[in-house]
Amino acid sequence: MKVAIIRYNAGNIRSVDFALKRLGVRAAITDDHQKISQADRVIFPGVGEAKSTMAYLRARGLDRLITSLEQPVLGVCLGMQLMCRWSEERNTACLDIIPSSVLHFKGGMKVPHMGWSRISDLKSPLFEGIPEGAYVYFVHSYYLPQNPYTIAHAHHGMPFSAAVENGRFYAVQFHPEKSGPIGAQILKNFLSL
Amino acid sequence: MPAKRIIPCLDVKDGKTVKGVRFEDIRDVGDPVEMGKRYSQAGADELVYLDITASHEKRQSLPDLVTNIAEHLDIPFTVGGGVRNIKDAEVLLEAGADKISVNSAAVRSPELIDQVAKHFGSQFITLAIDALEVGGGWQVYINGGRIGAGKELFSWAREGQERGCGEILFTSMGHDGARRGYALEALDEVSRRLSIPVIASGGAGVMDHFAGLFRYTGVDAALAASVFHYGQITLPELKHYLNGQGLEVRI
Repeated sequence: MKVAIIRYNAGNIRSVDFALKRLGVRAAITDDHQKISQADRVIFPGVGEAKSTMAYLRARGLDRLITSLEQPVLGVCLGMQLMCRWSEERNTACLDIIPSSVLHFKGGMKVPHMGWSRISDLKSPLFEGIPEGAYVYFVHSYYLPQNPYTIAHAHHGMPFSAAVENGRFYAVQFHPEKSGPIGAQILKNFLSL
Repeated sequence: MPAKRIIPCLDVKDGKTVKGVRFEDIRDVGDPVEMGKRYSQAGADELVYLDITASHEKRQSLPDLVTNIAEHLDIPFTVGGGVRNIKDAEVLLEAGADKISVNSAAVRSPELIDQVAKHFGSQFITLAIDALEVGGGWQVYINGGRIGAGKELFSWAREGQERGCGEILFTSMGHDGARRGYALEALDEVSRRLSIPVIASGGAGVMDHFAGLFRYTGVDAALAASVFHYGQITLPELKHYLNGQGLEVRI
């Protein structure tokens, strides 16, 4: 199986590659359009800031490429937020794969939401074998509210989307690559969709 | 709110862990990767690797070690010790570190916090603060506690948050190593004054110290070293104990 991890100006893309390696899967970290198009699975990872990242993706035509992909795609953390319609982070128009808006956490809780939180109402083959209430690792200051595409939610002062799905596009707000055996199982599930 | 995090801290020198860990069947107690994996399997929520290698020898050994840890560890880890400038931070990011912690360098040039946060995000930078209660106030120290920084704990922590660090790691020097419990009042005050997460360090001796910390303060995580390394407390028993006290931890 060919797995492509989209290379762009975001931090810690290698950790996704390392997590796949632990599963025995060799991935290509690349921004080459052809390699991405031809992969069996595409992962769109990332930690960073929405506006400059969207500008980077547009400058390289990666925005149109990602939305046109026909194989299963997994967005992770910032990757998930960029798959939404719009982000409150510097008023950024995003890829609009998930037609919903990303907002900044407000209301007295600690921001960033950093640490292990439970995910529940799991409704996707992405969570095959994952128990309700399993802990996964989050680091984020912006969140996607619950919406019709939500396939798992978590709480930080309020419920929010921990994962979404729209057709062949899947996305998780948490970091499966840093979420121990639970995260490894979620990545494995994505590869066997 | 996420579960309260338990974070073992490992001191690394010349690519080897310095303090012994009492894992019964472990072969190489000096292997930072192997020890990290053991802690992860035992239930650690994150790890901190503190490099105490003399700084002129550090540049070769540390990035390779960080990559090796990143390849094998499936939980987040922070690397601290001797990050002086944005270039040091970038090298560690590219090597695979999830976060770095800065201490003395940030006191000397506070704009380092702004630069790292701007380039790599707030989640990548933890501000570590060593402080001692002197005459009713809390004074910040640098260089491993040897030099007064001329800063006051609460205002420095606040400044760190405003400059963009994602987390504060506060070590009470007077409690560190004494094993008589954490500096509860000061920790609670730091936590209440800030909107970013706070990690408590210094003073853990028995399991009840962790319970007291989470019950009486607003801190988000507890860091400890020797109680774990010498096996006085194991992670599974600690987490079950805290859970039994009605405190949310990941089991």
